[in-house]
Amino acid sequence: MTTLQITGLHVSVNTEEGAKEILRGVDLTVRSGETHAIMGPNGSGKSTLAYSIAGHPKYVVTSGSVTLDGSDVLTMSVDERARAGIFLAMQYPVEVPGVTVSNFLRTAKTAVDGEAPKLRTWVKDMKEAMGALRMDPAFAERNVNEGFSGGEKKRHEILQMELLRPRMAILDETDSGLDVDALRIVSEGVNRAKESTDCGVLLITHYTRILRYIKPEFVHVFVAGRIAEEGGPELAEQLEDEGYDRFLAGASV
Amino acid sequence: MSLLTQTPQARPVGEHSHGAVPTIPDSSRAQRHTSYAAADFPVPTGREEEWRFTPMDRLRGLQSDAPMGEARYDIHADGPAAVIRERVSTSDPRVGSSGLIPADRPGARAWEVAQRAAVLTVPADTELDAPYVVQLRADAAADAPAWADHAVVVAGRHSSSTVVLRYSGSATVVGNLEVIVEDGAQLTLVTVQEWADDTVELARQHARIGRDASLRHIVVTLGGDVVRLDMTVAYDGPGGSFEGLGVYFADAGQHLEHRLFIDHEAPRCRSNVEYKGALQGDSAHTVWIGDVLIRSAAEGTDTYELNRNLVLTEGARADSVPNLEIETGQITRAGHASATGRFDDEQLFYLQARGIPQDVARRLVVRGFFASIVGRIGVPWVVGHIMEAVERELAGGVSA
Repeated sequence: MTTLQITGLHVSVNTEEGAKEILRGVDLTVRSGETHAIMGPNGSGKSTLAYSIAGHPKYVVTSGSVTLDGSDVLTMSVDERARAGIFLAMQYPVEVPGVTVSNFLRTAKTAVDGEAPKLRTWVKDMKEAMGALRMDPAFAERNVNEGFSGGEKKRHEILQMELLRPRMAILDETDSGLDVDALRIVSEGVNRAKESTDCGVLLITHYTRILRYIKPEFVHVFVAGRIAEEGGPELAEQLEDEGYDRFLAGASV
Repeated sequence: MSLLTQTPQARPVGEHSHGAVPTIPDSSRAQRHTSYAAADFPVPTGREEEWRFTPMDRLRGLQSDAPMGEARYDIHADGPAAVIRERVSTSDPRVGSSGLIPADRPGARAWEVAQRAAVLTVPADTELDAPYVVQLRADAAADAPAWADHAVVVAGRHSSSTVVLRYSGSATVVGNLEVIVEDGAQLTLVTVQEWADDTVELARQHARIGRDASLRHIVVTLGGDVVRLDMTVAYDGPGGSFEGLGVYFADAGQHLEHRLFIDHEAPRCRSNVEYKGALQGDSAHTVWIGDVLIRSAAEGTDTYELNRNLVLTEGARADSVPNLEIETGQITRAGHASATGRFDDEQLFYLQARGIPQDVARRLVVRGFFASIVGRIGVPWVVGHIMEAVERELAGGVSA
């Protein structure tokens, strides 16, 4: 059983005009096996929350805490957070030319597990995971994210989630830019990973369509850097019908 | 690193091809003054175009009148018995037969001082099945006179061979290396500069490529306080080919400078150059100058040159200047590209977010950066050597 606990989180970014506060007191608890959807309009701070938990240096935590099973996540380096079990599927994965997917995945798996994976089972696991995500085997020899289509980048992110087996997965707009087929394939991958590891999932999205494939138990509406409303799956349906206007009217962004 | 991705500061600057419109510059690279006599060259001040990147105050007077004597390397050669290694007087007709004429004062002084030259010959019609490796180790006292070195490598007609020259140790040295690739010969020549931290080297290498001959020229520069290599290439007849590959890694305080001049005078010749360098540490400095001249007679020329630099830490600086002069419109291709990028924080974040520690991530990226060129080198002895050296550089390097 793993618990990610976020309490009173305030986060700023440094801009040319000085520090700008983006998160203004976020409280959220995610446990193993739970799926939480964070929904909200553009610019509400959803991605900032994801990157702050992962430890991107651009974001400065000014107050509040993030813990994983009681351990202080905010004092860990980026790679320590990943090794502790936090995984962030990125909206815009970065190209790393010269480094092949297979080399990258093996290096990451070795780092996360603390030992190199057994060669035979590793090759088999990789092949199976790639097959399930409808990825061509030749993909393994391409350079990380170099020349990947939008859909290939997202599949590659979820491939990593399946192979690295995190305890807490944050998916940052994994649905953006995917056609219906790719959305289904990627969603199935998330569901498989969740089933086999019982990880917690924090699903960040602007649209409701991914929720047809990945079912959240909890829905949080994010507005102006904090959670404005919380509920069950019915809240997502309501947003589908009404949009975010209701929340934006009173928000001072 | 940004040269790996297409971020704005990393986009290859000046990547373009030149088509049928000839550009005639104000002063051609071909007009540079050459002479065998040092007295014909004034002492450079550092403001001249060809010296403007070089730290003159670290040359120990090589640019003016520093005392200079014969080079005294400790030499170990190993390789196929067919190769002939001689030590001859500089009055031997092979000395100067490449067409090398010094183009600066230190080079002319070394030409005057050197009385002996090393000559390495791969006989005509000989195919070597293994590289011929010559290790040259310098062990000069700090207050010893500078060295003047002269060497000639001859690949005989229709021979096929790989020759490796590896320099190490401490010295202040000015070298002239002549490379003669006779008609139909194929030579892979590797020079590895793996000097100690206190070495200053100014070297000129000049290659003459015969009809339908090909030279693969590989430069690996890892050590030395100041290393400046000036490579010039001339073609003796149509159908010649030059492939120039370079790998360099500059640490804190090092100045590594590579200058190329490819003179396309004969028709239907090709040249293809790729140099890649990494820099880390305060005031690490690399310079790459790639001059290509396509003369009016050189119809059907195919030339391309590429330089990429990866700056791993703050405070390091890479200069990269490709130049192309074209005097005929009847060419096949002429292009160049140059880019210098930083090890990107976003790349580091991405790799670290997958649990990979910073030092492992850095190594992964640097290996990746060099992977394409190392793959092209194809000489196992050299490839293994480079990767080991890169690992050493990274292990001893600054972690930013």
